[in-house]
Amino acid sequence: MRGVTLSDLLYTPLQDLHVELGAKMVPFAGYAMPVQYPMGVMGEHIHCRTKAGLFDVSHMGQVIVRGADYSAAALALETLIPVDILGLAEDRQRYGYFTAKDGGLLDDLMLANRGDHVFMVVNAARKAHDIAHMKAHLDVEVIEITDRALLALQGPSAETVLASLDSSAAKMRFMDVATLSIAGAEAWVSRSGYTGEDGYEISVPADQATDVARALLDHEDVAPIGLGARDSLRLEAGLCLYGHDMDAVHTPADAALGWAIQKVRRTGGARAGGFLGADVILPELETGVARKRCGLRPEGRAPMREGVVLFENETTTHPIGIITSGGFGPTVGGPIAMGYLPSGYNRTVYGELRGKRLPLTVTPLPFISANFKR
Amino acid sequence: MKFTEEHEWLRDEDGLIVVGITEHATTQLGDIVFVELPDVGTTVVKDEEIVVIESVKAASDIMAPIDGEIVEVNDALTDNPGLANDDAIGDGWFFKIKPSDPSQMDNMMDEAAYNKLIA
Repeated sequence: MRGVTLSDLLYTPLQDLHVELGAKMVPFAGYAMPVQYPMGVMGEHIHCRTKAGLFDVSHMGQVIVRGADYSAAALALETLIPVDILGLAEDRQRYGYFTAKDGGLLDDLMLANRGDHVFMVVNAARKAHDIAHMKAHLDVEVIEITDRALLALQGPSAETVLASLDSSAAKMRFMDVATLSIAGAEAWVSRSGYTGEDGYEISVPADQATDVARALLDHEDVAPIGLGARDSLRLEAGLCLYGHDMDAVHTPADAALGWAIQKVRRTGGARAGGFLGADVILPELETGVARKRCGLRPEGRAPMREGVVLFENETTTHPIGIITSGGFGPTVGGPIAMGYLPSGYNRTVYGELRGKRLPLTVTPLPFISANFKR
Repeated sequence: MKFTEEHEWLRDEDGLIVVGITEHATTQLGDIVFVELPDVGTTVVKDEEIVVIESVKAASDIMAPIDGEIVEVNDALTDNPGLANDDAIGDGWFFKIKPSDPSQMDNMMDEAAYNKLIA
């Protein structure tokens, strides 16, 4: 396939199934991953929004952090992650991120209170970094789970599908976590995802992953979805991709992710600060920042992708921002993008594409209304 | 019909050459979501980039396969870029060109040779 060598790559436990399903495999974060199946990116995207899609996200890092008890692990992690981990109820999950001393973002993640430990899911490209970072700073056990696959089942039919295999799936609320039994496998399930749809993320033993995937795909509403549609789905949902929309040169306030920092960790809160970069990050939540991540809609039909430079008008030579993710939104039915602009900027902005300045409208995120089960 | 190594097809219609891209190309590109065609009346030179195509995955350029003048473009494709996926060698045509040197097509592949290229 066009000179790409897949032989040096790692394989997920579902590799053979992907090939059987006709996936086009590409290298991603060191893994051979399905970018699309025969249905195609557009079809897969629409299928996920109207029925249900099954994603292999086994390349992501699954990590257990264990201290003397949950509180010990939570308090240790709060020195690296500025969210309320101690106050997270058992069997609940929360979004968070690692921050650096200068306030930059090192990775984003999901973390769950699983009773006596914290269970985390981190980005594939950042898992080695994140694990080394925790081991260097924390006096708790940090265990990378390498013998489990991770699947995501997303879309309006997800509840019906998963509940047909374990009825307790229907009782879970958005961001609940539970241990279910799916096709004979012990499944660590959270009701969450990366598409803006209702759905679940499902961790199962690697040697049972194919059976679980087949059991889900057996349902007529479920189709396999590749990384291509995963990207357009998350972009329509206004969700950040680490290394693109958020990174080490942007702070939580820049990335419009301040909402993830609960009151208890903010200035004046009971456990204010105490994490790397707090002296930069917390004041910014009060005073604001110079630039901010925002949603953008190209006014024409041409998609504007990552790297397109933004200008205030059609002639100025001084750029005011940049697109960090962009493409075609199949559900929106047109091009969409996210990028950085001066805070509060709400006039038409011009992206330079193939030597032409084309107008974009600054829009609130997400581009589609989320369909979570609260 | 003639074919280029850039996966374009060329069909002679009474001396005007209709140009599009092959089904093989549209399959490789994936769902096409944007097509920017040249202006009618433009004089183009072989290998000049004259069409921009964006699929859900990436942007690509289509080059002029021969020298000549653009005499018609497929406006339906601008409104419905998916035509190129649905009917690559029919309704999904891109432009018609009046060749200034029709002999430029002499050495292009025929269908059998093209099929061998993509096999």
